[in-house]
Amino acid sequence: MDIPYIVEERPDTGLANGKLGIWLFLASEVMLFGALFSTYIILRTGSVEWPHGELNVWLGMFNTFVLIGSSVTMVMAWASLKMHDWAKHRLFLTLTLLLSAVFLVVKYFEYADHFARGEYPSHSTFVAIYFTLTGLHGLHILGGMAVMGYLLGPGAKMYKTHPEQFTNRIEYTGLYWHFVDLVWIFLFPVLYLL
Amino acid sequence: MHSDPAEVKKSVRTYLMVGAALYVGTVITVAVNQVHLAVPLAITVALIVATAKGSLVAGVFMHLNHEKKWIYGSLILTAVFFMVLMAVPILTVGDTIGTPIHHEMSGAAHAGAEAH
Repeated sequence: MDIPYIVEERPDTGLANGKLGIWLFLASEVMLFGALFSTYIILRTGSVEWPHGELNVWLGMFNTFVLIGSSVTMVMAWASLKMHDWAKHRLFLTLTLLLSAVFLVVKYFEYADHFARGEYPSHSTFVAIYFTLTGLHGLHILGGMAVMGYLLGPGAKMYKTHPEQFTNRIEYTGLYWHFVDLVWIFLFPVLYLL
Repeated sequence: MHSDPAEVKKSVRTYLMVGAALYVGTVITVAVNQVHLAVPLAITVALIVATAKGSLVAGVFMHLNHEKKWIYGSLILTAVFFMVLMAVPILTVGDTIGTPIHHEMSGAAHAGAEAH
């Protein structure tokens, strides 16, 4: 049985179902991270003192560069598909996957440094909210990597049989990935600088 | 959103320029932090730059600058609830749970009872 409106747009919404679906998912993600940002505000305004300079700003800045770069390569992967350039699409999607791996490797070294100093989530309110926010964000990176890995591997063969559906999948993956980048754009100043 | 390959080709330059703008925004955020401004001003500047960067990502990379009204509608609803969520900390200012109500009055009554 064919599922309708995977590629063609619904007459009532003017959108393919997947497009509306990913945006509704992202809306729920906004509320998830919003709740944690709200918690951060409560903890920060309620604390007598708040630590400054606990985190390595330069590593955070490097990771911001890496994630912005991955967003650029992700949108280029989608644009390449739209321009029917399969080789460039593969190149840009692979670069996105590699950049996301670099982000997690840097995060691993940051976490390892905290643990070496005995700074576990129970250490302080700041460290607890830091691990919660960056940990959840890191899980989102892992999720994105899994999807990109699938689209580079077994999922890539769909392009031969259903190229438009595959292009839509890349677009939805891109929307998710840009959202993950957007969350980090706010996490970086909030945790590392302020 | 563009679906015509020629239109997408024109957008590629925009994507690269937005990427460069995001890098510049990040450098500005860190540079301002190195100046050691007063905390309220530092928070304001950092959040303004982050909002500008976020708008670029959402508007250009996520194609929100030309989307369908159903997506705008669902995002407006999300923005309303997000603002409510951000306002929750304000409620904690008026939170009296766990603190004695009419503390001074009960203290005075206690003192009066001791005098008798």
